[in-house]
Parts: sequence; C-alpha cells; structure tokens
Amino acid sequence: MFSRFNLKAWLLLLPALSFLIAFTHWPTLKTIWRSFTWAKSDVAPSQFVGVENYQILVDDPIFWKVIENNFWYALGTVPTSIALAIIMALWVNSKIHCTSLLRLAFFTPTILPMITVANIWLFFYSPNIGLFNQLLGLVGIEGPNWLGDPDIALSSLMVMTVWKEAGFFMIFYLAALQTLSPDLFDAAKLEGASTWRIFRKITFPLLMPTTLFVLINAILNAFKLVDHLFILTKGGPNNESNLLLYYIYETAFSFLDSYYAATLTVVMLATLALIALVQIFVLDRRIHYR
Amino acid sequence: MSSWFQVFSKTSAYLLGLVWVLPLLYAFWAAFHPPEYATQFSLTAPLTMENFASAWEQAPFFRYMLNTIVITTLILVSQLFLCTLAGYALAREKFAGRGFAFALVLTQLMVMPEVLIVENYRTLAGLELVDTYLGVGLPYLASAFGIFLLRQTFKTVPQELEDAARVEGLSGLGIIWKVFVPLAFPTYLAFSLVSVSYHWNNFLWPLVVTNTEASRPLTVGMAIFGAPESGVDWSVISAGTLIAIGPLLILFLIFQKRFIQSFMHAGIK
Repeated sequence: MFSRFNLKAWLLLLPALSFLIAFTHWPTLKTIWRSFTWAKSDVAPSQFVGVENYQILVDDPIFWKVIENNFWYALGTVPTSIALAIIMALWVNSKIHCTSLLRLAFFTPTILPMITVANIWLFFYSPNIGLFNQLLGLVGIEGPNWLGDPDIALSSLMVMTVWKEAGFFMIFYLAALQTLSPDLFDAAKLEGASTWRIFRKITFPLLMPTTLFVLINAILNAFKLVDHLFILTKGGPNNESNLLLYYIYETAFSFLDSYYAATLTVVMLATLALIALVQIFVLDRRIHYR
Repeated sequence: MSSWFQVFSKTSAYLLGLVWVLPLLYAFWAAFHPPEYATQFSLTAPLTMENFASAWEQAPFFRYMLNTIVITTLILVSQLFLCTLAGYALAREKFAGRGFAFALVLTQLMVMPEVLIVENYRTLAGLELVDTYLGVGLPYLASAFGIFLLRQTFKTVPQELEDAARVEGLSGLGIIWKVFVPLAFPTYLAFSLVSVSYHWNNFLWPLVVTNTEASRPLTVGMAIFGAPESGVDWSVISAGTLIAIGPLLILFLIFQKRFIQSFMHAGIK
C-alpha cells in the first residue's frame, strides 16, 4: 500500500512544489551550470569554459575581501545578537516594571523595513551633523566618519544589524523561557544559588536548543541580509564593507556579468549547504521531525 | 541576590530599551519639526506638518503603498492556499516519495529565492513579467516555511476526526476545508503575520525586478527617495519613513500581543 502511486497526494503537492522547484531547485542547478560557461554578451551563445570562472574568482581580490568581510560580519553580529537576545528575554520575563513596554521596544526594529530604518541610521552616522558625533561632541570627542572610514565602516553596519536582529531572537528565547518550570528556579534560590550561578547551571543549558536554532538563523541572516548596504555604504569605501550577496548583486546588475555572478552565487550556495549540513549532522541530532 | 545588582540590571534594561526605540523617536522628532531643528534638539522647537506634505509631493507614496499592499496580498493568498494543500499531503497522505518531497521543501528553508536573484531574474525576463506585480510575487507564491508549519500542525489532528468527517460524507478538499483549516487557525494567523511583515519589508528581489512606479513597492521607493543623490533633507526623509512604516507600525501597535505571540508560535514549531 505504501509503495502505491498516490495520485491525490501528488496533485495536492504539485502546485506548491512546482513553484518551489521553479524558483529554488531549478535555478540552483542552472546557476551551477552557468558558472562553468561564458559568453561575450548577453545575447551571444554561451560556451563551456570549464573552471575558468573559478580561476578568475581565486585571483579576484575583491572576492577574498568580501569573504573576509562576511566572516568578520558574522563573527561580529551573531554572538552579540544572541547574547543581547538572552539578556533581553530574561529582563522581559522577569518581574521588573513595564515589561510589556520593554518587550515592545526591543521587538519594534524587527517589524520595520531594514531599508527605511537604514535611512534613519544614515543620519545617526553622518560625519558632522549626525547624532552620534553630536553626542560625542558634547563630551569633547571628535567622532569618526562612521561610514566613510575604511576601518570602521563594517563595524558600523554590524551595530545596526545587532539592533535590528536582537529583538527578533529575543522572541524565541522568551518562548523558551516561558516553558521552563518556575519550581526549578525557586528550588535553586532556596539552595542559595546566586543569579549568575542559576543562569549558568540551569537557564542557559535549558535554553540550548533555542540557542542552536537561533544560531543557525543568525548565521544565515549574516549572509542573506544586505539591504542596509544599499543605503549606508554601498559596500564602500573601496569594498571595505562589501558582503557576498551585495557583491553578487553588483556583479550581475551593475557590471552585468551574469556568468561571474553565477560563480559567486555557487560560493554562496556552498556556504548555505555547509551551514545546513552542520545543522543536520552536528546540531540537530536531538530534534526529530516526525 | 544583592539589591545593587537588581538596580543595575533594571537601569540597564530601561536604558537599552530607550536606545532601541531611539531611531524611531528621532524619526518622529525630525518629521514633526522644521528642517533647521533636524540636527538640534530644543524643547521650544515649533511643530509642523510641512515635511509630510513635501514628502508626499516628492514621491508617489500612494502608488508605492498600493503596490506593496497588492503584492503582499497576492503572495499571502497564494501561500495560504498552496501551503494548505501541500501541508495536508505531507502530513496525512501516505505515498512513495513523501520523504523526498519533504526534503525538497526543507531545502528551500535554507536557500531562499533572494540568493538566486541572477537566475530568477532571467526566468522572469523570459516570461516577460519584469516590472509586474506577478513578477515580484512569483518566486514567493509557495512558501516552504508555510508548508512546514502547516504540516506540523495538521499532524496533530486526531485521525478519528478525519474518519468522522468521512463518515459524514465529506471527502477530499471538503475535509481539508471543514476540519483541518479551522483547527489550524492559530498557525494560519501566525504564518500570515510573519509572511506579511516579511514581504512588506522585502527589498532585494523587488529592487531587481521592478523598474517603474507601476510595480515598485514601498521599500524600493524609499531607497530611491532616501538616496543622498536625490538631495532630500533629513526632515522630509523622516516624514517619508513614517509614511512608509506607518500602516504596519499601527497594525503592530494595535495587535502587538498577537504579533509577538505569532512570532513565538512560528518559532517553536
């Protein structure tokens, strides 16, 4: 019975699966194929060139710069967002006043479009009149050029990313905290355990599944979310704040080289596949989708 | 626990909360005051609606908003319909290839269409759908996330309920519509809110696939409007920003409990 061809099931699946395949699986395969081909122009027929595009990639200093940036960007945003998210969730879940107002404040950036809030952050970061430098000016410090200084531009992007994401991750921790039994904490308090000790020995270990889930999503976002670059730095100065997906966009739609863009996309896909494999084989051992 | 620690913890909580809403507070400040007060803060600054008027004049916000609403609705309606059918099949039907089909769905959770902008743009150009509502929506008409959520929910519906419905004479789509859809209402609500806020805010794909006001959503419109090259001042940009985020922000403030619960609900699955 199990091996019988179930027409009804496939008919139910067909519409959704065809869209998924047409815009995810099929283009993935086409991207991989395109990365091995090249053509003089968009209308000229493409020809197979083997690994030539990959040789260009290896020799492309911007590619390595972008990979390096993305690595630091992930390293700078992911642990910070997660740590802040845990702290926020603990606050919002505790007995201090106005927790619903706090929760609202932390969560609001999540529902605002990255692109419009980037406009506001652009003002915060502007060199002379910007809010940050005005505040620094009050205490007599001459603030840096947050987005124009090659040493700081990427960090400035990270700050905004943490602001945008921490509240979103907080929600998952909040959901997890609310499933924990209060008896556990009462018992620990009776035993005279300190706040830090309770967190380290009880809360944090119990939140581990959430942390793994959030970790994967945060890393994925570090590669997939580049909207703010369009407003804040455009990858500059001199690619110092450029990230892989933005470079793919530039290559395809500004430099109009879809073959090299495809090659870069393959690197992106390989990265996402690697993250998926880590999730499935290392982190997901205990979670089963029945 | 020392009270010193508690005071410190509380103070930091409120401070951080304040920092978190600062960008929004600033946008309100700049939008409601004349441009000369955009960079200086004074309690005596006069209030004005002038910035909203000039923002409204300088960009076709009404059209952008209409486009965003049409695109978001198109995507949501299609997702709810297609994900229900697929989620039901994966949750309740036994068939050869189910594991494979589910694996295809899970893959899309990892590789979302925006990563594949290069090929998807070519597909859209081939279909001559560039700069249309359908073009912006097409890659998202089915959602792996939606299928996954509904599958998890449909799995928890007791078999007896389905059998009883069958005895009552319902069949096929009737059972899905009359039994499964009502029972999964919280999941539908959660998914809808997540989907709407995702697509209301989506930028990269609409940027690639729209060229004119005819289909350009708010996010892309705002990017052009706010670009330094356009020479618009901070106050007007802030007013424009508030116009752009207004509807979603008001919805969020009214239904914030539901919103947050829905995001939690969607996250736990």
